[in-house]
Amino acid sequence: MKDTTQAVGAKPCLIIKPKKGWQLIDFKELAAYRDLFYFLVIRDIKVRYKQTVLGGLWAIVQPLFMMIVFSLFFGNLAKLPSDGIPYPIFSYSALIAWTYFSSSISGSSSSVVSSSGLISKVYFPRLIAPLTPVLAFLLDFVIAFIILIGMMLYYHIYPTIMALFLPLLIILMMLTATGVGMIFASLSAKYRDIAYTIPFVVQFWMFASPVVYPVSMLPAKYHLIYAINPMTGVIEGFRSALLGTVAFPSQLLLVSASVSLILFFIGALYFRHTERYFADVI
Amino acid sequence: MSDTIIKVNSLSKRYRFGAAEKGYKTIRETIMDFVSTPVRNFARLRSLTSFGKNDEKDVIWALKDISFEVNEGEVLGIIGRNGAGKSTLLKILSRITEPTNGSIEIHGRLSSLLEVGTGFHPELTGRENIFLNGAILGMRKKEIERKFDDIVTFSEIGQFIDTPVKRYSSGMYVRLAFAVAAHLEPEILLVDEVLAVGDIAFQKKCLGKMEDVARGGRTVLFVSHNIAAVKRLCQRTILLEQGRVVEDGTTDKVVKYYLGAGLNINSERKWDDLKHAPGGDVVRLHAIRAKNSQGEITGEFNIQEPIYVEIEFWVLQEGWVLEDGFYFYDESGLLMFVSLNNLDPAWHNRKRPIGRYRGVCCLPGNFLNEGAFTVLAAVVTNPHTLHAMERDAISFHVSDSGSGGVRGDYTREWPGGVIRPWLEWKTEYVPS
Repeated sequence: MKDTTQAVGAKPCLIIKPKKGWQLIDFKELAAYRDLFYFLVIRDIKVRYKQTVLGGLWAIVQPLFMMIVFSLFFGNLAKLPSDGIPYPIFSYSALIAWTYFSSSISGSSSSVVSSSGLISKVYFPRLIAPLTPVLAFLLDFVIAFIILIGMMLYYHIYPTIMALFLPLLIILMMLTATGVGMIFASLSAKYRDIAYTIPFVVQFWMFASPVVYPVSMLPAKYHLIYAINPMTGVIEGFRSALLGTVAFPSQLLLVSASVSLILFFIGALYFRHTERYFADVI
Repeated sequence: MSDTIIKVNSLSKRYRFGAAEKGYKTIRETIMDFVSTPVRNFARLRSLTSFGKNDEKDVIWALKDISFEVNEGEVLGIIGRNGAGKSTLLKILSRITEPTNGSIEIHGRLSSLLEVGTGFHPELTGRENIFLNGAILGMRKKEIERKFDDIVTFSEIGQFIDTPVKRYSSGMYVRLAFAVAAHLEPEILLVDEVLAVGDIAFQKKCLGKMEDVARGGRTVLFVSHNIAAVKRLCQRTILLEQGRVVEDGTTDKVVKYYLGAGLNINSERKWDDLKHAPGGDVVRLHAIRAKNSQGEITGEFNIQEPIYVEIEFWVLQEGWVLEDGFYFYDESGLLMFVSLNNLDPAWHNRKRPIGRYRGVCCLPGNFLNEGAFTVLAAVVTNPHTLHAMERDAISFHVSDSGSGGVRGDYTREWPGGVIRPWLEWKTEYVPS
């Protein structure tokens, strides 16, 4: 569907016809639908912990308990290195990023199927569906982050000046999660197998990222290859900026950022290409 | 005033239904099938959105080469049987799905209402859902804020506005959902069957609101099965059949055509060949027909005019006392009533000589409700002998002109009922 909005007299003129070729994100249209976008994000946030006892505390339960388990097994028993800082804060700093990333990917990937009621009944830029969870989970991330600040104070670990790059690291996570989410969301409209694939992809991805172990555990010559996983750069950047474990990994980040941009680009392209048949097959 | 606001150019839409699975047979086949299932499933799912040059048998054209124009301020009805392509057309117009071929030009802000309460979340309060649903229907935040009080008043929810809608009764839920939809102010409104929800009182309120919208000079495309509603709201109607526009014109004309074709109205049945006519050695049917008071054979009756149902039959054997009669069924197949000719003193308890007979039964005007009716005709001898019978012998349609008759000056949609008889009323003031 090619949507050409142009002024004819005072009235907008819309032409609907079969869409041909590939297109990227239509930011103008997204901006026109920003109110809907806003209300959908708000809805996701409000609904998530409705009728629970702990409410927003659930945002920290998951990373906190994983931290406890990981510290016991990987820190105490397996004696994995932690770049010279206590293992709990070493793993928790990665876990909050990881928790955000994995919930965003899962939410984003299932977004098209879970909003089939909307997609088959009303028009809106379909991109809003996979973008919404990525934004909505930011709140959980912030809540979990507050605990990290508490732990930093407890362990007397203070951030470096590189903490100014934190927003950039978060944006990288968002781009990666959205990119992968868009691909999975498009695929799952047609192939419901994706719903069963996501949990173990995420599981596998976690162990392929430096969550329970530091990058320094790997031989240095593999670091740049390892950084093809965008979460490598992000998590390592997190630890470096906040906990001062290693020097800021600019090279790793450059590789990770490029991959993450490519993922986002491919995801957007593929999503926009397939969105025209969502309502037909969903 | 009569600028073209929507222009549809040879629009087509193709769908594919997944091919049917074949049944399993032996254990070996079952195992082989199980192993090869992923391959077949993948091919099947992938083919959902890819189409070959030649049309395979599981491909259907939901719309085929549709063209029409809508002028500004026009209220256009779209009718057709299930699967005729009405919903597909609305979905393309509202950009939910894209056409396979052809194009549409739309000049103006368009909102579509394919259901009420799209995106309502049960956990959110009425207030939160008004904003969410309003945004989903295309309203801006400021617009919703401005109309918020009106929406709450219209919905009659009042104090429950901050209660999660999952605690609402279904009536409250629908009222709130419709209240939001009713406050849309697009230049073009697409409506699909939303009036089919809720109780009669609510449907009336919706229809009233629709009439306001239509009178307000806005362009409305109204898809419905409710012929009475289409007749009241729309000057012009399009009839879709198997994805094509088969009629486009004044509502009266199109509805008449639809009812005649759609329900297979057959106002006369005649058997010229005696040997193949229903019946046996004693009686054979000759003809069954419906006539109006001018004696014309017709399947269309105004609700206020009498209907003459006629049966002609041959008596082939002497010595039988016969009763001819009709069973009248409504659209749903409900037997409404039965009438026998034994009330006619002329042949009551008299044996009939060989020959042809004609029995006429008169249904008075202001008696049946609007709708389509089918007639079963039979000739019997009391108590237990059935000589001839024809199910669904003929059918006819009764329509409501919208004023006069039993409805008097009541202009809303008639509340229902199997029949709509003209009854006497007396009202007096009782001094206390």
